[in-house]
Amino acid sequence: MADLNKNKSGVPLLQVIDLHTSFTTDNGEVQAVNGVSFTLEEGKTLGIVGESGSGKSVTAYSIMQILEKNGHISQGKILYKGEDITHYSEKQMQDFRGKKCSIIFQDPMTSLNPVYTIGNQISEAILIHSNKTKEQAKEATIRMLELVGINDPQKRFKQYPHELSGGMRQRIMIAMALVSEPDILIADEPTTALDVTIQAQILELMQELQQKLNMAIIIVTHDLGVIAQMADEIVVMYGGRICERGTADHIFYSPAHEYTKGLLRSIPSVENMKQKLVPIAGTPINLLNMPKGCAFCARCDNAMKICLEEVPPELKMPDGHYASCWMNVKNNNYVSEVSANE
Amino acid sequence: MDTAPNKNPLSLQIDVSRFEKATDEEKRQQDVMSESTTFFKDGMRKLMKNPLAVGSIVVLVLIILTIIIAPLVVPYSYSDIIKVNGKRDKSAKNLAPFEYSKQEQKFIDEGGKVFPHIMGTDSMCRDYFIRVVEGTKISLTVGLFASILVLIIGVLYGSISGYMGGKVDLIMMRIVDIIYSLPDMLIIILLSVVLNETLAQSNSKIIQSLGTNMVSIFVVFGLLYWVGMARLVRGEILKIKSNEYILAAQAVGAPSGRIIRTHIIPNCISVIIITTALQIPSAIFTESFLSFVGMGVKAPMPSLGSLANAAREGLQSYPMQLVFPAVTIVLIVLAFNLLGDGLRDAFDPKLRR
Amino acid sequence: MSNENTKCLVEVQDLQQHFPIKTGFFSKTLLKAVDGVSFRINPGETLGLVGESGCGKTTVGRTLLRLYKPTGGKIYFDGTEVTDRNMHSYRKEMQMVFQDPYSSLDPRMTVEDIIGEPLDVHKLYKSKGERRDKILELMGLVGLNAEHATRYVHEFSGGQRQRIGIARALAVNPRFIVCDEPVSALDVSIQAQVINMFEELQEKLGVAYLFIAHDLLVVHHISDRIAVMYLGRIVETADADELNDNPMHPYTLSLLSAVPIPDPETARAQKRIILEGDVPSPLNMPSGCAFRTRCRYATEQCARECPQLTDRGNGHMVACWNK
Repeated sequence: MADLNKNKSGVPLLQVIDLHTSFTTDNGEVQAVNGVSFTLEEGKTLGIVGESGSGKSVTAYSIMQILEKNGHISQGKILYKGEDITHYSEKQMQDFRGKKCSIIFQDPMTSLNPVYTIGNQISEAILIHSNKTKEQAKEATIRMLELVGINDPQKRFKQYPHELSGGMRQRIMIAMALVSEPDILIADEPTTALDVTIQAQILELMQELQQKLNMAIIIVTHDLGVIAQMADEIVVMYGGRICERGTADHIFYSPAHEYTKGLLRSIPSVENMKQKLVPIAGTPINLLNMPKGCAFCARCDNAMKICLEEVPPELKMPDGHYASCWMNVKNNNYVSEVSANE
Repeated sequence: MDTAPNKNPLSLQIDVSRFEKATDEEKRQQDVMSESTTFFKDGMRKLMKNPLAVGSIVVLVLIILTIIIAPLVVPYSYSDIIKVNGKRDKSAKNLAPFEYSKQEQKFIDEGGKVFPHIMGTDSMCRDYFIRVVEGTKISLTVGLFASILVLIIGVLYGSISGYMGGKVDLIMMRIVDIIYSLPDMLIIILLSVVLNETLAQSNSKIIQSLGTNMVSIFVVFGLLYWVGMARLVRGEILKIKSNEYILAAQAVGAPSGRIIRTHIIPNCISVIIITTALQIPSAIFTESFLSFVGMGVKAPMPSLGSLANAAREGLQSYPMQLVFPAVTIVLIVLAFNLLGDGLRDAFDPKLRR
Repeated sequence: MSNENTKCLVEVQDLQQHFPIKTGFFSKTLLKAVDGVSFRINPGETLGLVGESGCGKTTVGRTLLRLYKPTGGKIYFDGTEVTDRNMHSYRKEMQMVFQDPYSSLDPRMTVEDIIGEPLDVHKLYKSKGERRDKILELMGLVGLNAEHATRYVHEFSGGQRQRIGIARALAVNPRFIVCDEPVSALDVSIQAQVINMFEELQEKLGVAYLFIAHDLLVVHHISDRIAVMYLGRIVETADADELNDNPMHPYTLSLLSAVPIPDPETARAQKRIILEGDVPSPLNMPSGCAFRTRCRYATEQCARECPQLTDRGNGHMVACWNK
């Protein structure tokens, strides 16, 4: 998988290797991300999917190093064009954020400062990352607003965030994230707070911009529908670990992890309209109380004794994608074991 | 490549028994709920983790214990001149801590026993320690009762205003605004002057024993200081009212009284307790201030403020007499404030992670 | 009520809910949250109510249960008009499940007391023991562990909390439950559990649902019939499958096409109808058909007159001037 997608120089755009992120809380150390590895190629879209507490957002925040104060990356590497950014100084990180990699969040309401006009906020972002004059920054801002499909940008420039609708604000956020044309856009649940018709607009906009600017997107979401529409590659996470990663087709048409299979069975779709849904039993994982073995074992219908005791290794499947499930060992339908530090 | 397609190490050593299906029992063991905690237990655990709050509790407990025990142990009264062997000792004036007067010294030399003056004596030959203890008791009592008064009036007013809403709320809150804008010290002084005269004519035993100044302090607290509490309770109730569980109770058909009793009050109780804890030091402070300027408790009854006032005259020669009540005030006010902050951190759900 | 169909359980006729909103110091505007909504629900049936945020679907549910006093229209339950009646006895018949499993349960109460509240209010037990037995039975019905009865809600996950909320609604043996987005706050893997439970409870107890949601796939799965709302009005009603296969109102059409299908091949092949612009503010509604500002087929007639729901065969009702 890896060497197929490498760019000319042979180095992938972003490579996360064995990432561990933990939080110190009143109730002890919480391992929110536990050995996550994936690769993002130029101009591609990677989808990270999982439910609350799966560590999907923390993974994204770890890349940007915008974790809350009590969280830190305890192990692993994040390589941007081959360079490990986990050891960057705060100053280097500031340069990385925005110029190389930007993030947009779920709630566009709280991500914008209510006391400044949107034009002010976007041109501020431009002024920080370039040595343009105020005039040039304003021009660039208006160009940006046009780019993200905001009508009448001259008028919008002078408006305040509360005067805009949710979908409009998310467009503004995207515009702000893209001012210095980053290589990577991380979108953390970008459409969860929006209505279906507005969600469709925003997703379409993101795809359009990706083609125009040739940027890579990491989209973090719980919505399998959004993932199916957007992602080239998918990482499925549960309890801080990766269950399965591969192309969208691999994940949706030949899932090899019990959690992925269960998830796909449990969502209503056009096919199972007339049938009863097959839910995943049990309750979501409690990160303070992680099982010894596979994180999913307590809810898995096919859990085996080994699942309770040992964390499954990542296995390469015959079709080339990766899954961490003991069922594949039992059925012996895998190619090889992947070591954590690759 | 991520991995070299190395020889498959796992399949060689598969232990078939480990790949048997796990029983439901075994799975359930993995899925244990965390220890059950109530809101109160969780809050107490947090409070006990806060060193400042724990220190404050210790200080307050020590002070209260002293108030209870000291009068039983120390053989002096706060209002009477020290007696040595049944005779008044006029020489025991302004003694330093642990110093004995001439007569006492003589008595000791003769083999008698005299209880030491831990904080010395004052200008009227009274044991200062017992006076400070008595003053602390009175200040604390005033603070406590004034706060309870504020609590009752404020909670009643605030909850009616918050729950009724609409025009009632509007009018009630404007009244609060008006009271808020009155200069409190001026009102206190005016009131105590007026009350002093009217109350002096009354024959009621309670008023006589408390002193008219004390009564006017309570009246003032009852009239002026409840507004902060009322505003807070109203705000809290408005917030709770917007929760869906109130709507759910309405959908179930619960009458208003039940909703207030079972949903609204339990949910704002922590805020009320915290505010009361913070109200006590402010009341003590006000009382001390009034006593200091001579509008407080009636002599010979001491309060921390009046003790400090009395000590002012001999400040040059006997500074310790000011230090003791002043330090006690600071200790009490600080301890209550820190405890209140600790309670807020531990129990206020807004600050919970 | 209309006598032609006596088996109808809940009927709403021309329901209006206008809220006065202060726009200035002295001026007030009416926010027409619900403006002339009519529908009927038969016993044991599920009507799905779909729409985007701010379209008034939650208000319909709450007004239907008389949590808000309707400003116009009529509500019938089981043949009796309840628009102005004392609701106390009807609270036993009509219940509600809320969207947010966090704010809809009192954090200071144990599970037992939450589920027991309706029993207390309507005095549905003779002894403490009977109350406890009933509560445990309800907990079993929604798949909660009996040993959790004395715990507080903050110890439960979203899915479990929603079960508690459902048990509370079921405590009075209602014949009709308004489900206000009951699964949208839950994790994907939990949603199916709760949806299944709603379906099982319906089979077991024969309750009717008004199922309010914005997720068309979920609504389609659970509902017999679906009503689509846009800005306070119903624009289309039909059987669930009919609506899905043959949507007629341009809004339904774009809503259906905007749903992200969890299937990459369909997603790649799908032709989307992306709606332009945003939903207009309900304070400043367009004249005529409310959807015309975003509708590609809008004509002059749409601006002049508001279309009424008309039957296009098989009970498929559409409010659109375009035939």
